[in-house]
Amino acid sequence: MDGRISPAVFLPENPVSSGKMRGRMGRLFAIVVTVIALASAVPIITHHWFWSDISFAPPEDISTHGHAIDDQLSDTMVEAGLSFLAAQILLGLFVWKSAERKSTDAIKTFPGGARIMVIAALVLVGTEILALGVLGQKAWANVYFKPAAPDALQIQTQAGQFAFYFRYPGADGKFGTPHPDKIDEGNSNFFGLDPANDVESRDDIVTGELAIPVDREVHLMMHSKDVGHSFYVRELRIQQDFVPGLDLSVHFTATKVGKYEIVCTQLCGLGHYNMKAYLNVLSQADFDAWMKQKASEQ
Amino acid sequence: MRTKQLFIVASALMVSPALLFGAGTISGKVTYTGTPAKQKAIDMSKEPSCAKQHTTPVTTETVVTGPNNVLENVVVYISAGAPDESTAPTQAVTFTQKGCQYLPHVLAMRTGQELKVVNDDQTSHNIHPLAKVNREWNKSQPPGTPPLSEKFDKEEFISVKCNVHPWMHGFFAVLKTSHYSVSGENGGFSLPNLPPGKYTVTAWQEDYGTQTQDVTITGNETKTVDFSFKAKPY
Repeated sequence: MDGRISPAVFLPENPVSSGKMRGRMGRLFAIVVTVIALASAVPIITHHWFWSDISFAPPEDISTHGHAIDDQLSDTMVEAGLSFLAAQILLGLFVWKSAERKSTDAIKTFPGGARIMVIAALVLVGTEILALGVLGQKAWANVYFKPAAPDALQIQTQAGQFAFYFRYPGADGKFGTPHPDKIDEGNSNFFGLDPANDVESRDDIVTGELAIPVDREVHLMMHSKDVGHSFYVRELRIQQDFVPGLDLSVHFTATKVGKYEIVCTQLCGLGHYNMKAYLNVLSQADFDAWMKQKASEQ
Repeated sequence: MRTKQLFIVASALMVSPALLFGAGTISGKVTYTGTPAKQKAIDMSKEPSCAKQHTTPVTTETVVTGPNNVLENVVVYISAGAPDESTAPTQAVTFTQKGCQYLPHVLAMRTGQELKVVNDDQTSHNIHPLAKVNREWNKSQPPGTPPLSEKFDKEEFISVKCNVHPWMHGFFAVLKTSHYSVSGENGGFSLPNLPPGKYTVTAWQEDYGTQTQDVTITGNETKTVDFSFKAKPY
């Protein structure tokens, strides 16, 4: 012993049996990796956490455009899921294969060695992402590049800490001009209307819930009063940010009568958790009656 | 028998020193002319725990009127000539948040008097008096928490809002005198216990502004002073 520590302190005495042990551990690891990969796919494929009743499935889609988004998400999930499984199984195979690799065997590194594999991986991943983009462009374009129909129902929404308000143009079909300096929340003048001087604003209908007729396209014009907010209705498959200073809009057609929740999904301050409103999809007759009622309350 | 009578007289004198000199009273009614703006319905649908407390539609309370053109929630107070008062009343005034509304809509108090803010709702409120002369503050009050205690040191009419529920609105009228009255359902007000002297009486309405009248009290008398505001259609 010339001052160095003997390797025997760290290694099992029999080098042959230790190699066998490592080989067994390697194979076991390969199996565990594969099992974990396969098991983790189960909740995603079944939309349930193993044998529980709690469903991960998205809520029912009540819009005309939502199916395209659902299909896209589903395609992405299948595609990414298969790639994930393939990669994990491949990893398992390599671990299995290399379980008894000797420490003197050469390791391929990049650049230099595994060039073909790296290029193949790049091309595969690139194609995957490009394909998703190409397949999804229609779903995106339908919402963002296609304008709302000219006869769509025009509604304005204003987000502010911590409530949404909605404005309908009233009988004249025209919105009165908003004046930020005239906003007076205590007097329920959330949009800063000036009915004393602005005739067009006198019949505007301002509400705290978004009622819309079923099967009619709605053009929702959005602006924020203060900070960033977001308009999110799960059932409509719409999530659009409000950006202060920008006039943004979305358009959609709801296909099912019912009451759904609109929530703010952009952290906007202390009362963010409580910033919500309701989307009320009504039959045309109910909508007309609702409108009449709200007009009388202004 | 006699001791009891004496006791009553003595306590009356202690409660109101003005009785010693003969106490005058200024009372009257606040009305409006013209057509007041229609109050808007308040949509509380985003807060179901509040919305379900109301069976009748809730409206804004910027202008609250009664039969015979009377105006409620008008603060009438002695703005000049009132005897000096060095201390604020010891009992607190209470401002309650119930059904996502402020009760009362207009709360008058003395400078330095304790203000208790109560949350009777199943939801959080964030009371925010938009003070300009006094220090501005805002405080969160989750459901079930004890009342907040505050006070204001300077005379000011303060607009009060809730940072969580934009429709909630009220006013604090912080006054240097305890000779004030807020007009009730019949539009009436009464300022009792005034020693003889020359007074300026001011009436304040949150939307219509202020009006003043000069009144002289000579002895144990009741002077009638009426205020009439011109209503704004919008």
